[in-house]
Amino acid sequence: MKSNRRQFLATLGITALGWSLFPNLLKAAEATSGHSLKGKRWAMVIDTKKLTVEIMEKCIRACNKAHNIPHIPDKKEVKWIWIETFHHLFPGQMGDKTHVSEYPEKKSLCLCNHCENPPCVRVCPTKATFQREDGIVMMDFHRCIGCRYCMAACPFGSRSFNFYDPRKFLKEENPNFPTRTKGVVEKCLFCYERIDEGKKPYCVEAAEGAIYFGDLNDPHSEVRKVLAERYAITRKPELGTFPCVYYLI
Amino acid sequence: MLEKAIKGSKLYWGWICLLLVGIGIGFLAYTVQMKEGLSITGMSRDVSWGFYIAQFTFLVGVAASAVMMVIPKYLHHYQPFARILILGEFLAIAAVSMCLLFIIVDLGQPQRMLNIIFHATPHSILFWDMIVLNGYLFLNILIGWVTLEAEHKGVEPPKWIKPFIYLSIPWAVSIHTVTAFLYCGLPGRHFWLTAILAPRFLASAFASGPAFLILLSYVVKIFAKWDPGKEAIQSLAKIVAYATIINLFFIALEVFTALYSNIPGHTIHLKFLFSGLPGYSTYVPWMWVAILAGLAGFFILLFPENRKSDNVLAIGCLLVFMSCWIDKGLCFLIGGFTPSPLEEVTKYVPTKLELLISFGVYCAGFLILTILYKVAVGVKKEVAGEID
Amino acid sequence: MYDGGKILAGLAIFVLIFTFPFWYNIGNAAYQRPKLEKPKEKNCVESVEFMRADHMQLLNEWRDEYVREHITTYKSHLTGKKIRISLTKTCLKCHPNRDKFCDKCHASLAVSPYCWDCHVTPKGDSNEK
Repeated sequence: MKSNRRQFLATLGITALGWSLFPNLLKAAEATSGHSLKGKRWAMVIDTKKLTVEIMEKCIRACNKAHNIPHIPDKKEVKWIWIETFHHLFPGQMGDKTHVSEYPEKKSLCLCNHCENPPCVRVCPTKATFQREDGIVMMDFHRCIGCRYCMAACPFGSRSFNFYDPRKFLKEENPNFPTRTKGVVEKCLFCYERIDEGKKPYCVEAAEGAIYFGDLNDPHSEVRKVLAERYAITRKPELGTFPCVYYLI
Repeated sequence: MLEKAIKGSKLYWGWICLLLVGIGIGFLAYTVQMKEGLSITGMSRDVSWGFYIAQFTFLVGVAASAVMMVIPKYLHHYQPFARILILGEFLAIAAVSMCLLFIIVDLGQPQRMLNIIFHATPHSILFWDMIVLNGYLFLNILIGWVTLEAEHKGVEPPKWIKPFIYLSIPWAVSIHTVTAFLYCGLPGRHFWLTAILAPRFLASAFASGPAFLILLSYVVKIFAKWDPGKEAIQSLAKIVAYATIINLFFIALEVFTALYSNIPGHTIHLKFLFSGLPGYSTYVPWMWVAILAGLAGFFILLFPENRKSDNVLAIGCLLVFMSCWIDKGLCFLIGGFTPSPLEEVTKYVPTKLELLISFGVYCAGFLILTILYKVAVGVKKEVAGEID
Repeated sequence: MYDGGKILAGLAIFVLIFTFPFWYNIGNAAYQRPKLEKPKEKNCVESVEFMRADHMQLLNEWRDEYVREHITTYKSHLTGKKIRISLTKTCLKCHPNRDKFCDKCHASLAVSPYCWDCHVTPKGDSNEK
């Protein structure tokens, strides 16, 4: 092949384009992550040893009542916080059922992880789900078009879609919190409305000390202390979403 | 040229009316969905996409396959494709229109659809899918119409259309690549998390699209008495054969990687599709039919004497089309959602209303296709001096 | 003109259909501003004229500021006071009855905002089952 200046310049141009695109692609994956050490970063630590089924049910009732969560009796259900076995919470990590105690069938609470690097935010085509500066993965129900891409993207099954009109499945409505409408996606919002008032989430309040909540960026916070003292795991850490809900073992 | 579409036989108008009735039925079903929400579908919290999005994925492939005629015709000046090309381009228009309709019927809040543009979000692949699909629709309408009009007037197509034609080649590849990216960029969905997904989609697209086009050519030949050309169909048949075996090879690669590595998260979806999970094996026969039909279609189309016999060729194409539709238009999507990220198994079967709405969308697509083909064939016949 | 008769007939039908709202409403009473239930509190967030014309824009801005930008208060141009941004906790405190306030105008102007698909009103919910 004959080489000349024009070809050389073209190659140079394409190479430059490639070099400029590649780092941007890498960045795209991080574009949605809040990653700042300044300010607050809300996190939850669940003590799996202290939690009993009664306490868990209390937490769920408190949340459901406050957030107008409909009770739908089929697989089109809406869940913000619910009970799940370790086997489902940590799939692949509880493999050896015959030798390792009763852990796989033990129960704990399941909710949105408010990931540091949330895939749901990355895929949302309208920014209806987005990350606040304090790390809360928020929903703007006014903007959601109901494409359910976020549900496919969430590796934790934390999201629910309003297949039905949720008001048909609500016995009483709490006027201080909106219900949702059919055709939008919803999930746990870390009680942003209570945090804004300086209070802790409903489930934390109901958990009788079995759930800790606080600022992960504050070295003196309760969550940091308890995480320093005890061994904690998060769900599917290999996916790099950096969950902010920890489970004390 | 549109006037060609309003002059037709009783058979033509009967078919149009039939399609309109189909659209009407689909629309009625859709009004029920508008009122009751997506609760009327078989989808659930775990299987949150269903038949609609699967059809969308499949039809993107049918649309992209027009490139298999554009490349030989415009890059290699392969003249036998000159006659049939317009059928490929118009098929792409109908297929992309159906894709867009399937997306719309799948939305929970379709009246907010334009939020994708008002709040454009470049880090979402769905945003790019919207761009490439609409762009491809525009390109095909433009190219198809301008070249057909030039033929109608008996002149060469204008020079300015050439860049658009060349652009349509990478653009066709892009629509299916971006559609694959919708799936293969999601953490925690191991069945889809594979770099080979885009090439696999393209292979099945280049099998199913031309196979469908060959079948359509026979329909045109029988009902409109216009022959797209023996050699063109023979060349398409070869494309179908090789694309089919490449697609099956890619599926085999997926199976090997998952099963030999034996990573539970990867094997479980294949187990669901090929041997079933406890109490749930609805899609096992489908998946095997897809594989066997694909293999049978390939072996039929591999031999020249089979391709030369019209009936055998049609059967081969039908088998390939069926294989791709089951694989991509049904099993690929459901298999990815089963089991869920929490390894729970939730059954999904489309409901009657869901199927009726899909039927309506297909009828709309076929209406577009019929009208466009009527125009194309009408023009071609007029130019050739045949009386319609 | 080819097919002149058909074209003119078509045009006439088009004009007739296009102006249908005028024909349909002939003889009806002129529009009158509905009477609303007025709260005890004199001052609203902004002046009455502003609220009457632009409350929807204000609510849209509030919505985006509160949900998306985490801004919780609004400074009134009328009184200079800081007001909590909330439909249910601010607006509905003074106008608790949706039937006697919001819906009065909305119904007579045939608009149906989707606020109430989600937000719960203390009184006068016309959609109440």
